[in-house]
Amino acid sequence: METIAMPAINLAVVMPEILLSCIAMVLLLVNVFVPGNNKAYLGYLSIIGLAVTAASVVNGWGPSVSAFNGAVVQDNFATFFKIIFLVSAGLAVLISDKYMAQEECNQGELYPLILFATVGMMLMAAGTDMMVIFLGLELLSICLYVLAGFNRASVKSNEAGLKYFLLGAFSTGFLLYGMALTYGATGSTKIQAISAFVMGNPSVASNPLFVVGMLLIATGFSFKIAAAPFHMWTPDVYQGAPTPVTAFMSAGPKAAGFAAFLRVMIFAFPMLKAEWGQLLWILAVLTMTVGNIIALSQDNVKRMLAYSSIAHAGYALVGFTATNAEGAAGILFYMLSYAFMNIGAFAVVVLIGKKGESNGNVQDLAGFGHKKPLLAAILSIFLLSLAGMPPTAGFIGKFYLFSAAIKSGYLWLAIIGVLNSAASLYYYLRVMVFMYMKDPTEEFDWAGATPAIALCLLLSVGATLALGVVPGTVLALAQKAVLF
Amino acid sequence: MNQLPLLSILTFTPLIGAILLLFVNKNSHGVLRTVAMAVTVVTFVLSLPLITGYNAPGTDIGGFQFIENVPWIAAGPFQMSYHLGIDGISLWLVILTTFIMPISILSTYTAVEEKVKEYMICLLLLEVGMIGTFISLDLFLFYIYWEVMLIPMYFMIGIWGGKNRIYAAVKFFIYTAVGSLLMLVALISLYFKAGGGDFSIIRFWELNLDPTTQMWMFLAFALAFAIKVPMFPLHTWLPDAHTEAPTAGSVILAAVMLKCGTYGYVRFAMPLFPEASAQFTPLIATLSVIGIIYASLVAMVQQDVKKLVAYSSVAHLGFVMLGLYALNTQGVTGGMLQMLNHGVSTGALFLIVGFIYERRHTRQISDFGGLAKQMPVFATMFMIVTFSSIGLPGTNGFVGEFLVLLGSFESSLRWYAIIATSGVILSAVYMLWMFQRVMFGELKNPKNQTLKDLNAREVAIMLPLLFLIFFLGVYPRPIIDSMAPSIDKLIAHTKVQKQVAQVAAPAAPQLPAGHVAVPGLPEEHPALPATQEVK
Repeated sequence: METIAMPAINLAVVMPEILLSCIAMVLLLVNVFVPGNNKAYLGYLSIIGLAVTAASVVNGWGPSVSAFNGAVVQDNFATFFKIIFLVSAGLAVLISDKYMAQEECNQGELYPLILFATVGMMLMAAGTDMMVIFLGLELLSICLYVLAGFNRASVKSNEAGLKYFLLGAFSTGFLLYGMALTYGATGSTKIQAISAFVMGNPSVASNPLFVVGMLLIATGFSFKIAAAPFHMWTPDVYQGAPTPVTAFMSAGPKAAGFAAFLRVMIFAFPMLKAEWGQLLWILAVLTMTVGNIIALSQDNVKRMLAYSSIAHAGYALVGFTATNAEGAAGILFYMLSYAFMNIGAFAVVVLIGKKGESNGNVQDLAGFGHKKPLLAAILSIFLLSLAGMPPTAGFIGKFYLFSAAIKSGYLWLAIIGVLNSAASLYYYLRVMVFMYMKDPTEEFDWAGATPAIALCLLLSVGATLALGVVPGTVLALAQKAVLF
Repeated sequence: MNQLPLLSILTFTPLIGAILLLFVNKNSHGVLRTVAMAVTVVTFVLSLPLITGYNAPGTDIGGFQFIENVPWIAAGPFQMSYHLGIDGISLWLVILTTFIMPISILSTYTAVEEKVKEYMICLLLLEVGMIGTFISLDLFLFYIYWEVMLIPMYFMIGIWGGKNRIYAAVKFFIYTAVGSLLMLVALISLYFKAGGGDFSIIRFWELNLDPTTQMWMFLAFALAFAIKVPMFPLHTWLPDAHTEAPTAGSVILAAVMLKCGTYGYVRFAMPLFPEASAQFTPLIATLSVIGIIYASLVAMVQQDVKKLVAYSSVAHLGFVMLGLYALNTQGVTGGMLQMLNHGVSTGALFLIVGFIYERRHTRQISDFGGLAKQMPVFATMFMIVTFSSIGLPGTNGFVGEFLVLLGSFESSLRWYAIIATSGVILSAVYMLWMFQRVMFGELKNPKNQTLKDLNAREVAIMLPLLFLIFFLGVYPRPIIDSMAPSIDKLIAHTKVQKQVAQVAAPAAPQLPAGHVAVPGLPEEHPALPATQEVK
């Protein structure tokens, strides 16, 4: 009798994902059976769940282990990214409770959705098969569609959910089509097999099937990381979605997009560096410039941060273009820094905002610096870090990204990058101008921080400064994570 | 290194002071001021051992002293170190910084009544940035301090400044940041050209870069420094910033921050890229001379005293740049002295403007006249400072300006020196004319008839500066002596490199890259192998 060859299954490799999924499902149950409107305890349970998962992720640091017949891998690259996702999710959970209670949409499903989205991201980072990456992406995206429209009573939130769903579905289509074409050209969806095929048959580089497949994959990922010109959904979705969700979306899923993008491009198509280097070059310049220029004219802080997040994807693409280990490590470091500084900034936005997100414009911040000196100082640190001023994490991150580009000979790209940073200074400074240098036009009574948000701010500010002053350890870890 | 890490202590004392201030109640202004004052005085006292411990003649010629070198970041291709040290050039700039700070803080006792806590914190953080800039020997560390300096100054101008403060603050920040960011790109490329290792400038000095690379990197570095100096035509942020900044801000900006620009040339742009530096000497000299003449002419027609002083700063720094680029002992010494002199004189001028502004809340020259009768002590001090700014013999300004002109006259910049000399005359015109309109004539304006003369605190602020004006004017010897070895080293280094480049240039095209063994060359130029060593 013919035996069916069983693929090598190693459940230990996907232990963190299993763990987090179980916790999320338990939370769903808990939510149903425990009555009451106070959902804060779900938040605390999620934090514990995320911490446990993080411990299990960290446990996997070390030599790479492949599982499910080469569909999933546990390597340092994935581990580093998983930590970024867990950090983003944790910080986002910390700022959710106050906002959701204030907007009166404090349904308990929020937390399990965030956790499921995190599982999706973790699969994207760990996937070494196009199909696994796609599954992770879909799991992530579906959770995010719901999360973006989570505030059912708000028209803007509804719009955000719908917009994100439609455009997300498009990008998924591109991605899946690209994967299909690549499969057609190379005969496999496994990254390693594709890579081997490309190396064995260099002529495939001129196969239209393959080239179009690669381009479509790049397009799909560009949508996900909000690179120009595929960024159109970002500002509306970011502004419309509940603020904690926006904070989460701008850090975690973006990092997940980069994780999968990096893995596919570097592993599957290593021979075609030159070709997609050109592509990324243009993408990086467009993304930085479009994001920064439009951010310059934004009055709404959330929308400004949305456009600035487009620009930040552009900076990360600068490191990507370099296609060297420094660039990849730079992206890892930058994504981690970005999670802290951006979610931190959003945490302050959550505190400032009133029901229905009034107080959302920079003008409303007039006098904030003197009424709430500590919060304003914290927000200033985040903004200066986003602008790339030393001694903050943002500076070190940009330093590594740009130096990777310079090392690869993309000097002009680095120069365009720093000029963009200089332009971005204007809109970050503008917030500080209103906070410190203008007197309030009307009296606002800004809320104080709740313990959860205070914890989020403390962690973010601490990390932003620590990664700026003593980045050595984390940089070394990032460096190790990209030595495949 | 078995001595105290004096330089670190010096940098972080103000930082600790700033952190202390966080815990002081924001309404107890007296405590806030006293703590800030005490911290800066302590910093100044701590900086004095630098002078006594700096063994100028003989022992350690031109080298760096008080060195601290600890590995800091080591990841991937980069190694940054916490590398500090001073030579005769930076020594006096550090002293100038620690000396000016208590004076500036004393001057804010009545000038700033709002948000005193934040103001003092800004001042102390500024001091951290400035000291750090002057003592960093690691380019990466230098860059961090260089940028850190901007943030408190931005807040100082923007929060406590005048009517157009926001415009001035944002302009100041973005203008200087653009320059610095391009310098950052050049800094990274320089690092890769050096083939890794660390960011120590001492090591970078030994690089023999090809002329094209030098040219581009020099342009990037020089742009950042030129904006900070500021050189014509990049000076436009300065009058705005100066006019809008509160008194202490103007004093620090003029006395110390502008020196970071000229210091950048001496420490980085010139020795790192000697050939390019030589190549661009005519350009820089031209811009300096235009700066001198143009700024003097603009200063002449100013209606606002503070703006006039701001433009005079541009002119004075033109002299500094001219002296530095004369690249001989007199010129560089003169330039260095002028840096200190400008710190003292212009700092004092801004304090004086602050005194009358506090009394009258106007700075328009036409609002004054005849103040000398009403405020004799003030008039005397103002006169001395004016003379020092003009460069009257016996005051500090004279020595520096004289050496600058002498040096540039003896170098290739003879014609520039001749034109620049007219700047000396112009400065006498605008300063004396301003002095005359403010202090002499009839005391017409009734508001001026009740003005009080300087009080004890204000006199105390001015006295150390007046002392320095005469001391540096009559006996600058100790300072010149301690600078001399470092300046000689700078000149020798820059010139030796130039000769090497001239000799090596014709041979270069025949050689493949990285080829070092040039037959015959080592015998003729014993200095070559050391500098062309491949790492």
